[in-house]
Amino acid sequence: MTLFPHPLVSAVIAALWLVLTEVSAGQLLLAALVSMLAGLAYRRLTPDPIRVRRPLQAVRLFLVVGGDIIRSNIAVARLIVTQGRNQARRSGFVHIPLELTNRHALAILAMIVTATPGTAWIEYDPREGRLLLHVFDLLESDDWVDIIKSRYESLLLEIFQ
Amino acid sequence: MNHLDQIHPAIAVVIAAFVLIGTVLTLLGTVGLLRLGSFYERLHAPTLGVSWGTAGILIGSVLMYSTLGSRPVIHELFLGIMMMVTAPVTLMVLGRAALHRDRAEGRPPAGSDAPGHPLKRGTER
Amino acid sequence: MSATLLSTVLVFSQVCLAVALLLAVGRVVYGPRAQDRVLGLDSAYVCAMLLLVVAGMYHGTVYQFEAALVIGTLGFVATTAMGKFLMRGEVIE
Repeated sequence: MTLFPHPLVSAVIAALWLVLTEVSAGQLLLAALVSMLAGLAYRRLTPDPIRVRRPLQAVRLFLVVGGDIIRSNIAVARLIVTQGRNQARRSGFVHIPLELTNRHALAILAMIVTATPGTAWIEYDPREGRLLLHVFDLLESDDWVDIIKSRYESLLLEIFQ
Repeated sequence: MNHLDQIHPAIAVVIAAFVLIGTVLTLLGTVGLLRLGSFYERLHAPTLGVSWGTAGILIGSVLMYSTLGSRPVIHELFLGIMMMVTAPVTLMVLGRAALHRDRAEGRPPAGSDAPGHPLKRGTER
Repeated sequence: MSATLLSTVLVFSQVCLAVALLLAVGRVVYGPRAQDRVLGLDSAYVCAMLLLVVAGMYHGTVYQFEAALVIGTLGFVATTAMGKFLMRGEVIE
């Protein structure tokens, strides 16, 4: 049994601790202690280690998501302002079959979907691999299954599986 | 406000723009929270404030404090990362809770077409 | 020049965020269901946090950041706990 089962998590927590307080010998000791405990606790929570296979694709995913968040922010803000005059908008649920099974990848997909205004992650069924999504502006021209699968899931599959 | 005077006018304009964008998006998010018709629609409104509302204000703050040079900008970064990580979790939990409650009461989420299968693709209202 | 611009914008921003906070509290008051109230409370937390950050920028102090961090963390824990309670507890109105 190692003291630091998740070195990356521990290192990030220790760095954060030092930055938020001050760099001194006592704080360094405290940071080491806290990061060790946090790493041990984290191992109890997640049995499978995080393995990023293609870091470059992760950067690409980050850029894609950043752009999408800006665009959907503008779109949703406009819809909120023009609501009342424009009743054409309808929102509803969409089922999306996912191939993704890695828990960390699913967690990241959930973060992406929820952080993007206009889509909300409602429920995931791990047995059937089916995701229930609520979409704010359900246009007929948009194929949400295709959007989620081609924009995010394919990249996440490359990164994690 | 003497600390505000030390900022170069060009940077001040950029800071003001970012803070304004963040503020207006946050305000629009809460306006949507009040105006939209059903819970699942309202679930989308706070993401405006959480994503670019927070990001805009934090970027403005980073620019301001890094030009003033009074302290490192780690706090904003930490706050931003924390919001990006925690906000989706709360919204997911709320969405699932709402769905669970709607199912437990046997009523489909407002206005979907098939009552027996409340989660078929349908319209709100 | 930059002081007038920035102080105007920051005061305006604080007013807007205060209004946003009130609107979120309005959703907490109106409901109609428990999940709406929790959602309103969550947005109120976010608005309060941003309000503190902007107030800190206006006054040029750094202590508001610690408070903003605390509010953000509290908001997360409180909303998640209430959401979990709505899911698991027998609270059907």
